[in-house]
Amino acid sequence: MYVADSRGTTAPAVAPETQAVAPGSSPGRRAALAPTVLALGTVSLITDVSSEMVTAVLPLYLVAGLGLTPLGFGLLDGVYNGVSALVRLTGGHLGDRLGRHKALAGTGYALSALCKPLLLLAHTLPAIGAVLALDRTGKGLRTAPRDALISLAAAPEDRGRAFGVHRAMDTAGALIGPLLAFLILRGAADGYDAVFTVSACVAALGVLVLVLFVPGRRTEPAPDAAPVSLRASLGLLRRRDLRRTALCALLLGLCTVSDAFVFLLLQKATGIADRWFALLPLGTAGAFFLLAMPLGRLADRVGRRRVFLGGHLALLLAYGLLLTGAHHPALPYAVLLLHGAFYAATDGVLMAEAAGAVPEEHRGGGLALVQTGQALARFAASLGFGAAWTVWGARPALAVAAVLLAVAVAGCARLKPDGP
Amino acid sequence: MTLQRRILILVCAVVLLAAVGVIAVVRAGSRADEKDRARPGGPEITPGAVSLAPGDGGRRMVFRNMAWGPHRDELASVPATAPDGPRTASGVKCLRFHAAAGTGICLQADKGGVQESYRAVVLDAGLKEVASRPLAGIPTRARVSPGGHLAAWTVFVGGDSYAGTNFSTRTSLLDLRTGKYDASLEDFTVLMDGKTYRNADVNFWGVTFAADEKTFYATLATGGRTHLVRGDLGERTVTVLRENLECPSLSPDGTRLVFKKRVPGLPEDAPWRLHVLDLASMRETPLAEQRSVDDQVVWTDDRTVVYSLPGDFGADLYSVPADGSGAATRVTASALAPAYLG
Repeated sequence: MYVADSRGTTAPAVAPETQAVAPGSSPGRRAALAPTVLALGTVSLITDVSSEMVTAVLPLYLVAGLGLTPLGFGLLDGVYNGVSALVRLTGGHLGDRLGRHKALAGTGYALSALCKPLLLLAHTLPAIGAVLALDRTGKGLRTAPRDALISLAAAPEDRGRAFGVHRAMDTAGALIGPLLAFLILRGAADGYDAVFTVSACVAALGVLVLVLFVPGRRTEPAPDAAPVSLRASLGLLRRRDLRRTALCALLLGLCTVSDAFVFLLLQKATGIADRWFALLPLGTAGAFFLLAMPLGRLADRVGRRRVFLGGHLALLLAYGLLLTGAHHPALPYAVLLLHGAFYAATDGVLMAEAAGAVPEEHRGGGLALVQTGQALARFAASLGFGAAWTVWGARPALAVAAVLLAVAVAGCARLKPDGP
Repeated sequence: MTLQRRILILVCAVVLLAAVGVIAVVRAGSRADEKDRARPGGPEITPGAVSLAPGDGGRRMVFRNMAWGPHRDELASVPATAPDGPRTASGVKCLRFHAAAGTGICLQADKGGVQESYRAVVLDAGLKEVASRPLAGIPTRARVSPGGHLAAWTVFVGGDSYAGTNFSTRTSLLDLRTGKYDASLEDFTVLMDGKTYRNADVNFWGVTFAADEKTFYATLATGGRTHLVRGDLGERTVTVLRENLECPSLSPDGTRLVFKKRVPGLPEDAPWRLHVLDLASMRETPLAEQRSVDDQVVWTDDRTVVYSLPGDFGADLYSVPADGSGAATRVTASALAPAYLG
């Protein structure tokens, strides 16, 4: 579940549309992607390799390596989701306020990189929990500034593609990480410290690529512009475009069944053996990886809202397939493909769309706002779905989620878009 | 900074970091190789036949040998009277193990794919595989009923929880008489205070069987608390009996449970103490072991329990009287998951 879960909770989702062109990008030429976007994609790829290496071996390390009982490990997850939201908003806002998205993103990446060697020292559950919390804080801090950098580096008409490329690279890292970790463990039995050391080296490399190849960019405030205040940041929601985008993301997020449940439902529907269960998230990630760029491009061409809503239709279709309960051998593939397409059509595309609704000087804060709304909505949805599953059972709960999702998509489609 | 210089810095860093990574992997690799060589001062281990049959070779302890050397992780046997003496290694590798009445359950790693996977293997008295089931996670507890007809095991599953990075457990039951397999105890009806209890966060672990080959006890966790439950395999129900009780182990005479209890005021990384619960009076008594024990104990007879604590080479076995008297003593080093047979 790690690939999809980490994506679900950390991937930002917003996009820009003002005429900001960062140094190093090639405005106007559709062929070339801004080097900054590629650099950020590389940073994300490397960082995801590093963090997914750890995520993949962590359960094994706790139980087999340290002989610990990891139950109750995520007890504070709900609390942490709240803290994470605050960190994310802070990261976005500070990046705007100081005009230094790169510094904020770099701090976030560095914080997470620092956590990898710390894992070598932490041998108790509370200590490891603290290290992981710090890691997630780094993740929360960097997400919005990084997406702001992407949106500012890409030409406005090219943002969908830029985010698509970035998300594809990000997901590639998430696919490579576990593989690398298990290769190391295969070469060195019980070599968890080797996994963590390699992960730390990889993470350090990610930070270095960011420092060296992502241009630091100080947004010069216009002489008469007011400083970026918290109030102004929150006041962004008074902008109609952004409010609509955020509202749609929130509404649709509330109807999104979390990945863990989708995979459980898929297993229930098809009777996939337990041993294959762990591979299901890889299916989603694979489809996400393949489709992120093409769908990003499509979004630039036919409209980001349209593709964003289309992604939710793909999800709706996936729910539908699960509800039919058909035991066709192709069912798991179809569902995973649709699930990956859902991410590819919504994750980066939402950022691309939201960026267009936020002025450059508020880019980080604005993107953080939309991301946070969506993340909290999804968390609420997962709690709600869990409760519904308990009370009504799996299929009725999914049927309700499907109906709600259909209504939400229809409702969002009716909110008349102002732009493409 | 010019592009060339930046690339130069990057290349240097890549070389340096790659070197660090390679050294770490090589060192871990050679350390792994080292574990395959016997250490001076370790127990004497000879390959040989290990039997689970009752009466076959006298009273003995069969366990996972954790001493370094070619027989690491293999099931080994020692006479119950000389647990610290020479070991006989069977060649069968298990991560967790338990046995009774000529039936063994062995949770083992299944090397094959890219990812580590595990399976539960039922062994006959000659350690031959008679049945197996794939496991959904990392093995932690295993039990066979006193009559040898039922087997239960618990694994940790990562990412099963919808609320984030939590781990959950899955406990499975296998009836060897009928072949009936319950992949998850969560399908049983939970009765709490006389009412059916339902919650998505229910987790079970640590099953222990009664002599009637039908009743069992286990831990149920829900809402951040743990409970002792008594289960009925025939009715497929579990009834909540008591709070704050984990990994129960039923005495051979069926009158008491030794379990680990989360005691308030202890450090969060070592929160448990062994206690004994008298089932007739429901009175709890702490055992003499003063360290935090994270294990499901086994009874050597009606008076003594054995359990593992972290040791220099994985785990060591200790024993303590089951009535709160006496003191803990070490049974043997580098051993885990014992079963007393014969």
